[in-house]
Amino acid sequence: MNALVLSAILGVVMMFSGVVFQKNAPIKTTGIIAMILLFLANCMEMRGIRFFKFDVSGFMAFDSYALFFNGIAIFATLIYLLITSSQMEKVGKNFADYLALIFFIIAGITITTSFKSLLTLFLGIEIISIPLYILTGADKKNLKSNEAALKYFLMGSFSTGIMLMGIALIYGSQGTFTIDKMNFTVAAKSTLHIAGMLFLLFAMSFKASVAPFHFWTPDVYDGAPTVFTSFMATIVKAAVFVGFVRLFGGAFGKLEDTWSIWVAIMIAATLFVGNITAVFQQSVKRMLSYSSIAQAGFLLFGVYAMNDAAREGLLIYSAAYCLATIGIFAVLSKMTDYSFEGFNGLAKHQPVLAFTTTICLLSLAGIPLTAGFLGKFYMLKAAIMTGQHLWLVIFAVVMAAVSVYYYFRVIQAMYFKEGPVQSVAASSFEKYTLIAVCVLIILLGIFPGTFLGWLYF
Amino acid sequence: MIALLLILVPLLSGIITFFIKKEEGARTWSLLSAIATFIIAIIGFTCYSNTAALSFKAHWMGILNSSFSLSADGMGAMLCMLTGISFPLIFVSTWNTVYKKAHNFLGLMLLAQAGLMGVFLAMDALLFYFFWELALIPVYFICSQWGGEKRIKITFKFFIYTFIGSLLMLVGILYIYSKTNSFDITAFYNSNLPLKEQMWVFWLFFLAFAIKMPIFPFHTWQPDAYEQSPTAATMVLSGIMVKMGVLGLLRWLLPVLPLASFSWGDTVSTMAVIGIVYASLIAFQQDDMKRLVAYSSIAHIGLMCVAVFAENKSALQGTMIQMFSHGINILGMWIIVEIIERKFGTRKMSELGGIAKTAPVLTIFFFIIAFANIALPLTNAFIGEFLMFNGILGVNPQISKYGIPLAVTAGLGIILGAVYTLKMARKVFLGETNSLTEQGTDIVFHEKAILGIIAVTIIVAGVYPQPLLHSFEDITNSILHKSDVLHLLKPAKH
Repeated sequence: MNALVLSAILGVVMMFSGVVFQKNAPIKTTGIIAMILLFLANCMEMRGIRFFKFDVSGFMAFDSYALFFNGIAIFATLIYLLITSSQMEKVGKNFADYLALIFFIIAGITITTSFKSLLTLFLGIEIISIPLYILTGADKKNLKSNEAALKYFLMGSFSTGIMLMGIALIYGSQGTFTIDKMNFTVAAKSTLHIAGMLFLLFAMSFKASVAPFHFWTPDVYDGAPTVFTSFMATIVKAAVFVGFVRLFGGAFGKLEDTWSIWVAIMIAATLFVGNITAVFQQSVKRMLSYSSIAQAGFLLFGVYAMNDAAREGLLIYSAAYCLATIGIFAVLSKMTDYSFEGFNGLAKHQPVLAFTTTICLLSLAGIPLTAGFLGKFYMLKAAIMTGQHLWLVIFAVVMAAVSVYYYFRVIQAMYFKEGPVQSVAASSFEKYTLIAVCVLIILLGIFPGTFLGWLYF
Repeated sequence: MIALLLILVPLLSGIITFFIKKEEGARTWSLLSAIATFIIAIIGFTCYSNTAALSFKAHWMGILNSSFSLSADGMGAMLCMLTGISFPLIFVSTWNTVYKKAHNFLGLMLLAQAGLMGVFLAMDALLFYFFWELALIPVYFICSQWGGEKRIKITFKFFIYTFIGSLLMLVGILYIYSKTNSFDITAFYNSNLPLKEQMWVFWLFFLAFAIKMPIFPFHTWQPDAYEQSPTAATMVLSGIMVKMGVLGLLRWLLPVLPLASFSWGDTVSTMAVIGIVYASLIAFQQDDMKRLVAYSSIAHIGLMCVAVFAENKSALQGTMIQMFSHGINILGMWIIVEIIERKFGTRKMSELGGIAKTAPVLTIFFFIIAFANIALPLTNAFIGEFLMFNGILGVNPQISKYGIPLAVTAGLGIILGAVYTLKMARKVFLGETNSLTEQGTDIVFHEKAILGIIAVTIIVAGVYPQPLLHSFEDITNSILHKSDVLHLLKPAKH
């Protein structure tokens, strides 16, 4: 609740900060301070201190799981702002508005992670999506950016329609939007209900860019300004997955036999499409957008397995994935050439950037001693614990090995090949933040116990 | 405590090495660290029966029921000692090899050493997996950065191969964990999976080990990787890293999945035997000395695999002693190849010849090592191979009906081994000198010293193997006890 109300207020504050301040520097400072406040407010709520006392019991439940994820999302956004806000200034004149939109997205995230009614879920998803459409088109003079925004908006609206349709059908069969009041016994397995559920599954899959609903992803990620791509691909995506898990674990959990096979097939398709297409990309940015589809496949295990390991795993995976992807996109925004050749010899000219990229890629590939390994480990564990569809786990593992192929191409280019300087130097502050990200990734990989310990406060 | 030190010393000194920019300083520092580790390993080996000193257990990931648990039995202590002795020898033998950014190279080598020690000591499945990967990653960077011309592609292939193997093993580990709810090795030993499940979990584990060893047909990464890696890394890969696979079979496969190991035993042995003959035939065709030794290594490792699945005392003891012997012998081989390459700038046998005339001391050492490679009596490999063949021939007919065919075919590999090793000796060391080899000089003092150590080890272990065999006694018995299929199957028959 703290985070939800405050992020909405702070979003408005950021909007006006653009009017008050003429220069970007104070706006940036305001934004970062506001984000820190937001994080603290969220932490306070975890400790039981609530600033606002509205009765939302029928719509939202701010349980510890949601709060913990909000904490991760806000912290990741803070790091994101610290590393990339200088890039954000270069996108266009409306720097304050970009920050405001990011705050609104956070508000949407807090709703999505704690909904109790299908209507709140819809609201949350839309509050996330609409600012994203705008951010995608933020680079107004760039045709590619415009095209991406339009494409994203059209496709997004379409999936919103499907989602509403699904919600309507479920309402038709149940007579309520509130999840707690729905009757999910097998006797209630009406065609109407199943159809509604499948519509919701498809709509959520679209938002989470799960195959075969992923077609918008590479174009949108490629077209959007790089800074916003990293936000979209990480924090927003992870939040959608948390909503996804709440919906299918909490609401439709008892009808698991109807949808789990579909989710299993979708996982396989997502992993396959994401990984195999990523192998053939020539641009690192496009490779990362396909690999983010592949990562979504692993996140989807959280929906599929639906046990404690899956719920914990989703948090760890999100944290690991957000940190690593934000780190690597921060490096990417320093590059002048996005192709693999553009990274040639980076280790020689920019050792810190190369080191960060290496750690982040190792984490994304799931190599032990990094947070990414732990995330993958938890997801596989969750899937094995279900005791069925073991082929899926083995398939996922084979695909993880494929992912090493394209992740390591970047490492090869940076360390083992020679090339001219193709990057802008990072400021020392950014370098320190990047190193901090690496340290976090490694610490999370070696001592996950401390991190997980917070889960059970 | 000793177990922890064996990992911590190389790990910390490896990290420090990255910051010693002066080449001479980095070399001295890493050599000192390697010697220190060796001394710790010797202390560990001499008190291997004192389990308290060699065990270490700490809280790690309590939520997952995984602990930082290390312990050395006879086999672990022996492999740690092999690792301990190999690294100083590797560092000294490559002392004059020039590396770009030597401090990074040496730092990565020490990290790999820490990973290897961890693999040999880990008594927790998750920890084992951690170290398994930790050993691999530094080697990937070493080979990709300091290797030969085609290094990037080849190392990449090697990495993907082993990584996919490791991940499959992780699935296997998780599967057993889902039944036992603990990663502790004793919990794994007591998991008692039903045969049906064991049958396919076996392959998840076996693929990881088979790729690492490597066993036919999972070996294709190996000759290229050995050829393209810098020799120091090749020594680590072939001398020590392949032992990770054998150790995996003995510690993590046979006792954990005894029924499946019994059921798949003949299949695996057949694969290994095919590998022995195939690799020996290819080794015979090679002109590059490095490739020849690489293929001969496939043959030697294949024999160990057959012996492991014979599941009797003689075979297991032979395998363990052969792990040590093979490590020492192949290290010696690589050192000689490295010396020849540095002296003459080529590894091609067709371009060399008559080195015996210009470098008699080197030749003497080569022949000692070559004889060990073909397992002549009085050398260490003889003991190992004798015990292994003895075990394979004397295999309990209830475990395998194919003891004699397997032993005969594998024996073919030994004969071929003698043929190609002697062919190499003849082409490189004997015969007339040519314009290239005329200028050769004999080896210098530090090279004599390290080859001397290897030669002495070969002969001492060959003449008096009792202390080694004695140290394996307990672990062999315990493996046999845990994987006693006949005993396990008996109640089912009633």
